[in-house]
Amino acid sequence: MKPLLRLLASPLLDVLAGPNGIDRYLAAVNPLWSVSETRARVLQIRHQTRDTVTLILQPNANWLGFRAGQHVRLGVEVNGVRRHRCFSPASSTHQRNRLIEISATVNPAGVVSQYLKHRAEPGEILTMSPAQGTFALPVPRPERLLMISAGSGITPVMSMLRTLCDEDYPGRVTFLHYARTQADMLYRDELYDIARDHPGITLVCAHTRQRRAGDLHGHLTEEQLNSIDADFTAAEAYVCGPPGLVDTARDIWTAHGVENRLHTETFTSALTMTAPATKGSVVRFARSGISATATGASLLEQAEASGLRPPFGCRRGICSTCTSRKFSGVVRHVLTGEASHTEEEQIRLCVSAPSGDVTLDL
Amino acid sequence: MRTSDKPNPRLTLEQLDALARDLDAIREAVIADLGTRDAAHIRRMMRLQGRLELTGRALLYLGFLPPVWLAAVACLAISSLLNREEIGHNVLHGQYDWMGDPALNSQTFEWGSLGASKEWRHSHNYVHHTFTNVLGKDRDIGYGIMRLSREQKWHPYYLGNPLYAALLMPLLDWGFAFHDLEVDRLVRRERTWSQNREIHRRLRRKIGIDVLREYVLFPALTGPLFLSTLAANACAKVLRDLWTSAIIFCGHFPDGVATFTEGELANETRGHWYYRQLLGTANISGGRLFQIMSGHLSHQIEHHLFPDLPSPRYPQIAPQVRAVCEKYGLPYTTGPLHRQLGSTWRKIFRLALPGRTRSQAYGTAA
Ligand SMILES: Cc1cc2nc3c(=O)[nH]c(=O)nc-3n(C[C@H](O)[C@H](O)[C@H](O)COP(=O)(O)OP(=O)(O)OC[C@H]3O[C@@H](n4cnc5c(N)ncnc54)[C@H](O)[C@@H]3O)c2cc1C
Ligand code: FES
Repeated sequence: MKPLLRLLASPLLDVLAGPNGIDRYLAAVNPLWSVSETRARVLQIRHQTRDTVTLILQPNANWLGFRAGQHVRLGVEVNGVRRHRCFSPASSTHQRNRLIEISATVNPAGVVSQYLKHRAEPGEILTMSPAQGTFALPVPRPERLLMISAGSGITPVMSMLRTLCDEDYPGRVTFLHYARTQADMLYRDELYDIARDHPGITLVCAHTRQRRAGDLHGHLTEEQLNSIDADFTAAEAYVCGPPGLVDTARDIWTAHGVENRLHTETFTSALTMTAPATKGSVVRFARSGISATATGASLLEQAEASGLRPPFGCRRGICSTCTSRKFSGVVRHVLTGEASHTEEEQIRLCVSAPSGDVTLDL
Repeated sequence: MRTSDKPNPRLTLEQLDALARDLDAIREAVIADLGTRDAAHIRRMMRLQGRLELTGRALLYLGFLPPVWLAAVACLAISSLLNREEIGHNVLHGQYDWMGDPALNSQTFEWGSLGASKEWRHSHNYVHHTFTNVLGKDRDIGYGIMRLSREQKWHPYYLGNPLYAALLMPLLDWGFAFHDLEVDRLVRRERTWSQNREIHRRLRRKIGIDVLREYVLFPALTGPLFLSTLAANACAKVLRDLWTSAIIFCGHFPDGVATFTEGELANETRGHWYYRQLLGTANISGGRLFQIMSGHLSHQIEHHLFPDLPSPRYPQIAPQVRAVCEKYGLPYTTGPLHRQLGSTWRKIFRLALPGRTRSQAYGTAA
């Protein structure tokens, strides 16, 4: 596939394809094909628990693979709009056909996760960023590993565990997972199977809202860790879950003076990271590194007042000359008062005014 | 001012504001409803265009069979028609920016015309759509080479009006490209050659690659059928341009369409801009296939009111726009292609000859 990709990206084909680009013709044959974008086809959708959804994805030839524990930015088209969300593949890096498995918790007001759970269909095409992040299984593999996760935070450590199994990892792994109840636990059957078949792997299930089942109950404490393994600080620890879990872990490891053996990841939402609307909010021009206090004027005027010279034509929303990329924040259409969504999108500077903090690609 | 003899409908400032509110409401309802269907439409058009072009190129390997050659020309003509109008023109207006797909981003999209997107966005999206039918501002009135409004001062040069139109039609794409060089303004010394150097370079590159592709590489790839392929490629472009120019001539030039003066632009309100769009454009009636084949320029009125709404929405909102026109006593000029074309050509001939220039206060009522 790689030599073919190179051929497709050759200058001759570029001229033959003309301004449309080769991707137009590739997509006319198969929507998965592209020379520029990493795309993936949804092969299968499974519902492991009531409020999660699991997808099996087949990436195209542009996918460069990942290290167990890393994440990708998935582009999902919801109502015609491409939305980007981070997900950590849960599959082994040695998965056959380079298939990728994603498991997502369905947030009550979540745009993408709700879509994936209730409306996505096999065959659909998604886009993917290259794998990113430093929360990843190191090479060479450490001799002892401790993995702690909660809820959908299981995905990156599940990928680590599956990868190690595929490599016939000779070391010891303790896999501690927190789920509300047994029924909410992702990968439960598979985890029990793995623990049964691999003597070096110890599985500990903790439940926070169920007393009957599970090995432990309640949230993470040092006592829990000691009860599993008195020497738990000797292992390289990988912790992924909500901020509460990660903070507790950091306190414990710091108290022992071994925070260099602790590796953590939290699944913050793209949306919770943006500040809410406030008076005197800030307009950030990311490319030029300038910030200005919002005055209520249009973003075009604000940019000009800050010494920037974005292109413009009509200055009244007709010609789209001033269209620029907004990275984050809510803007208001100055003529209609209509508010935008918070995510990355193209906006017209001349008819957009900030509603709260806004970051622009200017 | 206007070129037809009917009196101009005039609106008060309050009426113009109310008109803006009514039309804004139509726009907002569509914006709120944008979604999967609009995305599916543009993707379907791109897929269709790609497939037609691939089919056309492949058929030319059997180009020695006349019916196959004709089929190839048809595929290529339709594909480049879709590519420039229903896809290129509409994407460049930012109709699909809301989707967040980099392949449909108006700022980076390069369209299938000889002219470069950057110049087009200036001369068309900005100049033509902002100053629609304003004499001395809108260079699309006669494209700088024809006399299409009575208010353009007559000159013996315009005796060639029908000839210029007939020459422009099959070579429309070249016309688009040179339009951006603003040769007419260079001649009148309103622009200098150095101002155009950058544009020139971009244009040369784009035209060079296009000529290389259509008239050297693809013909060469069919080996002994070089000339047959070259002829097919050229025919496809000419057919596309004859058709497109017929459509776009009907957008602003038939009877009943008004032109304006620069004086009317001072402190123009949104209502007056809408008003100018309504009076300055005309539709062509036709079915769904016709609409797609015209890049929805058959709905020129709706397009000029809302250049950034996805084009398939135009036929959908047309009844509402028409009702608004009736409410304010404004004309909604429309007719079948043959009638609009007849009316346009009568005008092209009539204005080749000197005619009286009338002035009439126009716009808001006192
Ligand atoms: C590196 C990384 C890896 C990730 N991997 C995974 C993964 O493998 N599986 C997975 O399920 N998620 C993962 N996430 C989290 C996921 O990207 C976000 O939760 C995302 O917002 C989900 O999109 P959505 O459509 O459900 O909700 P959105 O449309 O983004 O949000 C809608 C509403 O829900 C709230 N909300 C959404 N998510 C959260 C959250 N996590 N915490 C608090 N409030 C929230 C928002 O505030 C908002 O009000 C990861 C995040 C990061 C940064
Ligand atoms: S400058 Fe024309 S849309 Fe903003």
